[in-house]
Amino acid sequence: MNLTLKIWRQKNSADKGALKEYKISNISEDMSFLEMLDVLNEELSEKGEDPVHFDHDCREGICGMCSLYIDGKPHGPQQTTTCQLHMRSFKDGDVITIEPWRAKSFPVLKDLVVDRSSFDRIIQAGGYVSVNTGGVPDANEIPISKSIADLAMDAAQCIGCGACVAACKNASAMLFTSAKISQLALLPQGQVERKIRAEKMVAQMDAEGFGACTNTGACEAECPKGISITNIARMNREYFSAIASSDNV
Amino acid sequence: MILDSKIPQGPLAEKWTKHKFNIKLVNPANKRKYDVIVVGTGLAGASAAASLAELGYNVKAFCFQDSPRRAHSIAAQGGINAAKNYQNDGDSVYRLFYDTIKGGDYRAREANVYRLAEVSVNIIDQCVAQGVPFAREYGGLLANRSFGGAQVSRTFYAKGQTGQQLLLGAYSALSRQVANGKVKLYPRTEMMDVVMIDGKARGIVTRNLVTGKIESHSAHAVLLCTGGYGNVFFLSTNAMGSNVTAAWRAHRKGAFFSNPSFTQIHPTCIPVSGDHQSKLTLMSESLRNDGRVWVPATVEIAEKLRKGQINANDIKEEDRDYYLERKYPSFGNLVPRDVASRNAKYVCDEGRGVNETGEAVFLDFRDAIKRDGRNVIEAKYGNLFDMYMQITGDNPYEVPMMIYPAVHYTMGGLWVDYNLMTTIPGLYALGEANFSDHGANRLGASALMQGLADGYFVIPYTIGDYLAQNSAERISTDHPDFKKTEQEVTQRLQKLLSIKGEKTVDYFHKKLGKIMWEYCGMARTAEGLSKAKAMIKELKKEFWTNVNVLGGNDELNLSLEKANRVSDFIELGELMVDDALHRNESCGGHFREEYQTPEGEALRDDENFAYVAAWEYKGEGQEEALNKEELVFENVKLTQRSYK
Amino acid sequence: MSWVSKTLSSTLGQKVLMALTGLFLILFLVVHLAGNLQLLFPDGGESFNKYAANMANNPLIRVVSIGNFAFILIHVIYSIILTKRNKQSRPVAYAVTKPSTNSAWASRNMGILGTIILIFLLVHLKGFYYEIKFGSVPMASYDGEEYKDVFAIVANAYSNILYVAFYVVSMGFLAFHLSHGFASAFQTLGLNHVKYSPLIRKVGLGFSILIPALFALIPLVMFFQNQ
Repeated sequence: MNLTLKIWRQKNSADKGALKEYKISNISEDMSFLEMLDVLNEELSEKGEDPVHFDHDCREGICGMCSLYIDGKPHGPQQTTTCQLHMRSFKDGDVITIEPWRAKSFPVLKDLVVDRSSFDRIIQAGGYVSVNTGGVPDANEIPISKSIADLAMDAAQCIGCGACVAACKNASAMLFTSAKISQLALLPQGQVERKIRAEKMVAQMDAEGFGACTNTGACEAECPKGISITNIARMNREYFSAIASSDNV
Repeated sequence: MILDSKIPQGPLAEKWTKHKFNIKLVNPANKRKYDVIVVGTGLAGASAAASLAELGYNVKAFCFQDSPRRAHSIAAQGGINAAKNYQNDGDSVYRLFYDTIKGGDYRAREANVYRLAEVSVNIIDQCVAQGVPFAREYGGLLANRSFGGAQVSRTFYAKGQTGQQLLLGAYSALSRQVANGKVKLYPRTEMMDVVMIDGKARGIVTRNLVTGKIESHSAHAVLLCTGGYGNVFFLSTNAMGSNVTAAWRAHRKGAFFSNPSFTQIHPTCIPVSGDHQSKLTLMSESLRNDGRVWVPATVEIAEKLRKGQINANDIKEEDRDYYLERKYPSFGNLVPRDVASRNAKYVCDEGRGVNETGEAVFLDFRDAIKRDGRNVIEAKYGNLFDMYMQITGDNPYEVPMMIYPAVHYTMGGLWVDYNLMTTIPGLYALGEANFSDHGANRLGASALMQGLADGYFVIPYTIGDYLAQNSAERISTDHPDFKKTEQEVTQRLQKLLSIKGEKTVDYFHKKLGKIMWEYCGMARTAEGLSKAKAMIKELKKEFWTNVNVLGGNDELNLSLEKANRVSDFIELGELMVDDALHRNESCGGHFREEYQTPEGEALRDDENFAYVAAWEYKGEGQEEALNKEELVFENVKLTQRSYK
Repeated sequence: MSWVSKTLSSTLGQKVLMALTGLFLILFLVVHLAGNLQLLFPDGGESFNKYAANMANNPLIRVVSIGNFAFILIHVIYSIILTKRNKQSRPVAYAVTKPSTNSAWASRNMGILGTIILIFLLVHLKGFYYEIKFGSVPMASYDGEEYKDVFAIVANAYSNILYVAFYVVSMGFLAFHLSHGFASAFQTLGLNHVKYSPLIRKVGLGFSILIPALFALIPLVMFFQNQ
């Protein structure tokens, strides 16, 4: 198939950037979306033009490195990661607009590459159980009901790609933050630091400049791992009860 | 050079305990005076960085990804082995040790493997304490599944995303230390070289992948946790960014490289669909429990199939060749990975491949669906079927899946002693980056175990032994040796940018991959390997005269990153060929066609090749020198594997 | 910063104020509607006028009504603060977006809906609340007691077709605002449960249709009664 691509080109974070149009032909429907971009880049390289920069790594939908806002949707028309999106989702003659994630807290580094270190800082604020290596109890000394373990696993599946932020009209990071708070609030291992964790992670999320939640549900609808917004409700509960009862004046 | 593996004396089961007592310690107050560099933040790197920081060392952690959470350990699906014996089915540390040694076709060190089995139980405790949501039984205790190469259920898992959950656990421990100020994180930073001062590793030179800035980092020890080098084949199940550069630069500085030709080829991957293919996707091995592997009985039928004149479902029972069931009646479709892979290659070489490229075999669930019903199959493999459908557009409930083997893991790596130190003092290699525990073939669910064992439970002890014997004095990055290395790195990059040839970097990478896959892949011959060696030498020459690297150094430049990595892959490729050529036997993932049993199985030569090949870099354009570490088996008896 | 001001400056704290004030206003709608439905009693406005007088004189109702104004104010002020923050969170807009594929229109346009409702509210307050409190109101007498004939003012207003249309359309916007706001408030407060959330959503939807519809019914009926 033959396609027209409108791709965001931006030399570096200081550059203003603009959409640039490219024509590409002979694209097979078996290609992944990123392989289609590989073909474009190979052509650009042969012509001596700077290839389009985009983040990607595992290309099997789990590392969370790939992004891309494709035709008005994060990760494109399917509810999957961009690397798992295949060209059979498009048809000959399509015009495809490709933009980077847009958020104040995800500044563009170059072209379609954005800086998502704000997510790391949210985790650093408390997304862990403070246990040192060694000296922990035997794994089976902490029985956990299957349903709780499964719920925690559902929340823990988050790949940190940032599609939730990209999809949200407010560029809110609530789904990401709540997934980690939920996982650890559900499990007995997370109980000891439950309050401080909720307070600190929410504070960091706010400090990074993400927007608030309007409960539109766009994040859940676009999340490639199907993380549920029930996690956001849980985070809110955790936060309010922490605020109301912690010793942290 | 005589390789001293530093394996402790004494009975196998007491070696590690004794060793821990005998090695030197750094006292708690002094630990903060030592700096450690950790390159790579996968299971080995993240767990090591976190654990060392908890002990009090100052750690700098580097990764080329935008976040440590993205390291390729995240893609491991199946699970992690541990000798917990929670199932009461006769598992023990010794049994895990024995299975791993045997699975590795007797080319691993007994002492290392035993230690691995010993600490495996601590790993599960540690991960659970961190909040890793392992699968549970209804009673609330941990669930296990069984995996290839073992007769007990000892594999712990978190859905089909065990690697992800374990990595996120290690990442959370790492993040905690970042918050504590004990780890400084350097994402989007690539290690370009090791800095040696007075014969010891004292730091690294890095390139900031966003700004292109070349920087030096000084430390008392350097840990390479940089994963495997499967991308030398261009197509593999590795992440696009996985590379050998860190390990290879260390090799060029004096770290020996061991058994580079030991690569694992996984039988159940989604086949290549065309020239555009950038990477391969693994389908869990568990599919072989219910799927039947077959190809058409004759080349004629296969040709019709390839041309689209007939469909798979039209082919009559008598025209189907269930070749694994035919050749290995007792193990059938569940033969080990290397056997399954090799046989797929044979039938495709005969012209019986089933997709357009002729490089695919069927994995058919028709009979399983007929027997158990679609619901049962869906419950077991639903997510895998969905993934397959997403990638290929075919519905495996209705038409047979197509699979083909793909490069998956590299058992070879930097040579390390029992302390995980390479032949460069102060330079360590952990996880897939080292060669130590899997011999010539790795069992399923053992990679995660090894990465975490090295990072959580081995290096925190063994690094103290080295540091305690070395002064805590810091070396400034203004030291002439740092400046010299920085200069070498800059020159190399300048050179890549200045060639301005006609071919793109991917052109060379693909070409290298084809050579490696053809001659140094599933089946190798002396003739083919010799040919490959000449081809790689030629390719290297062409690369350095005709590659076109666009852009400049002082920006985010994918082309330059790739060129730098591919240049190292080319050199590694040559060494892999050397290693495969010199090893005149077949073992595990290394299959030399000249050395097989009359039935076509791998034929080991324990008399002459029960050793670790440790290759020593001798300088640009020179042949590498072979050093041997003899493998001594005091506890297991070497036998021929049979799956008939 | 004390923990209170810290909480009120956090996005979650501000959202909770939106939810709580929103839920109070939802409650107010019910009470207000119950009172207003007396406009439809066929007694020439007697029960409504008595009710209005009672409302004006009952000290508890007066306190609640001050609270009501305060809640409206808080709801408005924090919606402005949050909207401003939300806009700042994405300084560069997308060239192409397809939000309709992942979320409901009302949920994305609460600010616009809220603004329209605020305008309605101002007109509404000017037309009735202000008139009744400070304007010259005719008097009606029942059982020898004098009452303000509020009914007459309402009936007069609803004889104007444009005024009626304005009311009916505004109730449509209110319906959309409620269709998201009702369930959303519970979600914000963390009240999400597999058993109850579907019910809350259904009740919310019913509420958002029924209440504005009944509100809109009053001017319509009164308009046609006048003809």
